[in-house]
Amino acid sequence: MIRVDGIHKSFGKIRAISGVSFEAPDGRVTGLLGPNGAGKSTTLRVLYTVLKPDAGSASIDGIDVVEDPLRARQRIGALPHGAGLYPQLTARENIAYFARLCGIDKAEVDDRVDEIVRLLEIDGFAERRTKGFSQGQRTKVALARALVHDPQNIILDEPSNGLDVMATRSLRELILKLRDTGRCVLFSSHIMQEVAALCDDICIIANGRVAIDDSVEGIRTRTGCDDLEDAFVHAIHQVPPA
Amino acid sequence: MMSTSFTVFVKEIVDNLRDRRTLASALIMGPIFGPALFAFAINLSIEQSVENAARAMEVPVVGAQYAPNLMRYLQSENIDVVDAPGDRAQAIEAVTTGSSDVMLVIPEDFGAQLASTTPARVELLSDQANTDAERDARRLRGTLSSYSQRLAAIRLLVRGVNPAVIRPINIDEIDVSTPSGRSALLLGMMSYFFIFACLMGGMYLAIDTTAGERERGSLEPLLSLPVTRDQLIFGKIAATCLFMALSLLLSLISFFLALKFMPLQELGMTPNFGPAVMLATFLLFAPFILLGAALMTLVASFTKSYREAQTWLSVLLIAPTLPILIVSLLTLRPQLEFMFIPSLSQHLLLVDLVKNEPVNSLHVAISVVSTLILGALLTWVCARLYRREGLLG
Repeated sequence: MIRVDGIHKSFGKIRAISGVSFEAPDGRVTGLLGPNGAGKSTTLRVLYTVLKPDAGSASIDGIDVVEDPLRARQRIGALPHGAGLYPQLTARENIAYFARLCGIDKAEVDDRVDEIVRLLEIDGFAERRTKGFSQGQRTKVALARALVHDPQNIILDEPSNGLDVMATRSLRELILKLRDTGRCVLFSSHIMQEVAALCDDICIIANGRVAIDDSVEGIRTRTGCDDLEDAFVHAIHQVPPA
Repeated sequence: MMSTSFTVFVKEIVDNLRDRRTLASALIMGPIFGPALFAFAINLSIEQSVENAARAMEVPVVGAQYAPNLMRYLQSENIDVVDAPGDRAQAIEAVTTGSSDVMLVIPEDFGAQLASTTPARVELLSDQANTDAERDARRLRGTLSSYSQRLAAIRLLVRGVNPAVIRPINIDEIDVSTPSGRSALLLGMMSYFFIFACLMGGMYLAIDTTAGERERGSLEPLLSLPVTRDQLIFGKIAATCLFMALSLLLSLISFFLALKFMPLQELGMTPNFGPAVMLATFLLFAPFILLGAALMTLVASFTKSYREAQTWLSVLLIAPTLPILIVSLLTLRPQLEFMFIPSLSQHLLLVDLVKNEPVNSLHVAISVVSTLILGALLTWVCARLYRREGLLG
């Protein structure tokens, strides 16, 4: 369960986010939706603790990300935007490296990697060095790496970027599978259809502020738009510029 | 803490052992480049010194027919007299334009002046700005003056005077430098090659720690793991150190082998560079490894991209030469203060080792401790910088 409470973050004079609040409960998929530059990545970066908020707070399963970032990270599997692999290591080695860093015992690493390799259907290329992998293969390995320590909370920053139809489809199935095992999945996207197809709850942000935060049904009712895209456009026009 | 850093350390080693670029710079460039350049320099200086003494030298002479005895004397000293085309003016022209290095002009009245015991004039033309010509001119001047002394001695003998009266002083030069000592000048270059090999070995790993990871997009996932950034950077710096140590070791070995094939005896050099000195050198330079690794990591952490990091680190490769260069140019003797300066202290101690001179243990202690402290300090600064938010770029 992820809770964000009024976080602010500026880079010099640029205010990236000002007062973002929302909740992503367990067993649900929460979509962070917004146009480019709305502050999605900044919000997620605060959550997986590579950025510190200027004000406000955020917690992962009740653990404050500023006060105890190490324990918070233990409970997160994060896939940052454009995550890269180590090209000289095989897919399996890439995953095992992260497993070891997450504190999984040496004896258990192999079993755990096998499990995640099967789950993500990486079997076909697990033993190959990742140099020259396709975008889809890279994303799968990066995702496997993020999930290898079986985190309760999964944060994905534009995971479907650059994926083809088949890869997007299997990613979507995986996200639903994770949700059904009670995980909290939070992912960002600027693609309306993707969010509509996957999310239980949607948080639309624009200009660093939350425009609307509700279930898919709730958003339709509150904006009076049946079509989610119209609802999205309607919602972001309600937000004053930063 | 330790086990996480160790995981990072092992991963970096496996990763870099598979990277051809890192391997080339660590295991080939550093260890091969130094000895190769060194062998080239040594062979060049051997060739030159051998050439100087024995080489037949050609000297164009204007008016050779006016001094047949002198010409015979020159020939006996291995100086070939060739007829110069044209007159004195053309000879000057030829030397000025550089088509001839050295020329001799003998005036028409040379014989008459000799006969009347007035000092006979010869003209030696050379361009003193040209080192090659200067060497030839010196040799010719020497030969001419020994001919002149010979004539003087004959004239005195004819008059019944002992020629020794015009040699009140006899100068005997005795060179007391030991063969090992003579090696020191050239072998002093070695210390830089070792430093160079050291830095080359870890360069790509140091870049990878910040700029490399960032550019590949693997830094952010790494930082989102439940490990501290200190653990990451210590593991990475340790891996950088290992590659530097490996590169240093290989360059020591390749130097050792290269010295066996260099005709150093011809230059009167017997460098003291056996396995024991090799080991001592390794231990002497070991503290520099940490310093170099931290320094390169630090510089790379300020750069925006891999290429920029590469550019800056190439500049950094020259930095350790500066203190060595300054001290060599000013020909300063090793003093206590110098031992506080990394790279210089290692250089001076290595020169002592190679010269087979006693090494001051206080100097060694200062060199090791001060280099280690500076290295540790820079490592700490690296770790501080690694905690910045701006690291993500």
